[in-house]
Amino acid sequence: MTDSSPEGSIFDILSAAIAAEAPVALAAIVECAVDVAQPDDAGPVIGAKILIRPDADPVGSLGNPELDRVVVRDALGELSAGTTGIRHYGPKGEARREDVAVFVESFAPPPQMLIFGAVDFTAALSRVAKTLGYRVTVCDARPVFATTQRFPYADEVVVDWPHRLLEKVGPDLGQRDAICILTHDPKFDVPATIAALKTDVGYLGAMGSRRTTDDRNRRLVDEGVSERQLAGILAPIGLDLGARTPEETAISICAEIIALRSGRSASSLRNTAGDIHD
Amino acid sequence: MKRRRRLVRFAVGGYPALDFWPSTPIGRLSKMKEILGDLTRWRRQGKRIALARVVDIEGSGPRLPGAAMAVNEDGEVAGSVSGGCVEGAVVAESLQCLDEGLRRIVTFGYSDDEAFAVGLTCGGTIHLYLEPLDW
Repeated sequence: MTDSSPEGSIFDILSAAIAAEAPVALAAIVECAVDVAQPDDAGPVIGAKILIRPDADPVGSLGNPELDRVVVRDALGELSAGTTGIRHYGPKGEARREDVAVFVESFAPPPQMLIFGAVDFTAALSRVAKTLGYRVTVCDARPVFATTQRFPYADEVVVDWPHRLLEKVGPDLGQRDAICILTHDPKFDVPATIAALKTDVGYLGAMGSRRTTDDRNRRLVDEGVSERQLAGILAPIGLDLGARTPEETAISICAEIIALRSGRSASSLRNTAGDIHD
Repeated sequence: MKRRRRLVRFAVGGYPALDFWPSTPIGRLSKMKEILGDLTRWRRQGKRIALARVVDIEGSGPRLPGAAMAVNEDGEVAGSVSGGCVEGAVVAESLQCLDEGLRRIVTFGYSDDEAFAVGLTCGGTIHLYLEPLDW
């Protein structure tokens, strides 16, 4: 089963990519209907693998070029969403057939959280976000506050205006990523929110009291932000937990992110029925 | 999900209990990334390795597909795929996989009642894909 390429075996390439936190997906046939898995057949067999990277040719094969093509396409989708699971195909990649079960495993780089504003809440949020596996960037234009000493849990502390940082990294952000605006200073908030709305992040939250939120919304509308865009901003940020301290607020923000991703109500399980996990 | 030639094993009885601690503490799931170090070292030592990966979950298990565990020919274990309930069985299946060189899906199921009996926190069915790491 050893599939050699100039870069080594599939395992070698996979482990190098995982170690470098480069996106990579491994697709393997884990079940195969008896009639398509003849031992002397060149078609799909259990254990056949193909390694998929966004920026390189696939390595290996599942035994049929059409099946390879379809699986590579689907695996790139799984990879961008960071999901892992079984997909079914016909022996030549036909949809709506169950002959071949392909396990597609995504090894995606960690999701990113950008936190704007170097405040106490930022330190607590960066710590909780790290626990959840985020790569955390803290950004604030004030060099006195935006220091690595104050945010030891952040992977990166950037001294710049948030909207200028987003000009650089915004296009790389996707549905798994989050932006939390904790500045509650309109001078920073408004341009940061406008820039954040241009990204594809799955979560955009802004901190502030109800009055601050109303004020910010008015300013955003004056800058041309539509009502529909406003509705996409989680503000005031976080779940209604009655959180008071920075740590409790960080939990309420992260809980909101989880609930948004899973589409759940965020009420006590005692008060709901049905499956706990999807 | 429809499965052909389903092989159902129950974690309750029939398998030896784990009598050693894997390098990842039991109860903490490991992803492939966390066992890469062990895998790479074993490969360098020329050891034969069986790799078990969770490919599907049914029922109320919090385990996500992609959890991985590996067993080498000496019976050394890296990683963990559940809360500790099926690891002993996975080791037994992995050693058999190395003997026979077979690639297949192994399914462990337990009802909520059985889960309670063996101290599991939740019921469910876990499908593992087991194969020699020869690629």
